[in-house]
Amino acid sequence: MVHMGVRVQTEDFDVGAEITAMRLSSANIGAVVSFVGQVRDLNDGDNVDSMFLEHYPGMTEKALAEIIAQVKVRWSITDALIVHRVGELKPQDQIVLVLVATAHRQEAFEACECIMDHLKTDAPFWKKEQTQHGLRWVEAKTSDEDARHRWKSTT
Amino acid sequence: MIHLIKVFYFARLKESLNYSTEDIELPVNVKTIAQLKVHLAERGETWADLFGGQQSIRAAINHGLVDNDAIINSGDEVAFFPPVTGG
Repeated sequence: MVHMGVRVQTEDFDVGAEITAMRLSSANIGAVVSFVGQVRDLNDGDNVDSMFLEHYPGMTEKALAEIIAQVKVRWSITDALIVHRVGELKPQDQIVLVLVATAHRQEAFEACECIMDHLKTDAPFWKKEQTQHGLRWVEAKTSDEDARHRWKSTT
Repeated sequence: MIHLIKVFYFARLKESLNYSTEDIELPVNVKTIAQLKVHLAERGETWADLFGGQQSIRAAINHGLVDNDAIINSGDEVAFFPPVTGG
């Protein structure tokens, strides 16, 4: 059974429950790799009290589904899931979950990292932080572009 | 023939402009994203700051990321936003 799902939600997610559901969906699965992103309390030297995540409803889901579709072409994937939260978040809140299930671990590790690198540059999310100096939009990092591009050279 | 498109603005752009969406009637000489940016930059100081070329702005047509030379068609949903910062 192939799920290949994306979810954009304000609610928190249960990593354990998501892994169990994916793991048990097929006996062909030999490896599940997970990535969990967490909101930090420090960014660019300033304390972050909270952040707000804006997104582009409609495009966000499409962009995430396309990222999974691209990764599927490159690696043999049994299942993949992206859950991304939006709205108000606090330090140590979970913000993003990526799960990849494959027969063997190497493909799951690589595909999971590739999904995150593409999510960072291609999915329409924007973070606005509340710091001790007030509200500010988070600036995109060129290192994220570099991380995404390294997957191109070996395609 | 009237070429009407829907335009959305997000994040810093939405805040600067104070609104998030509008319908725009495309002038006959506006066929690409780059040309639409020039057209918007002519609206005034705030618009010139955003679309005049100093700021990095990305665009989407019908929910897909596009480059500056992408062609806009009548009825398209166009969006402008800063480089993304999710994850």
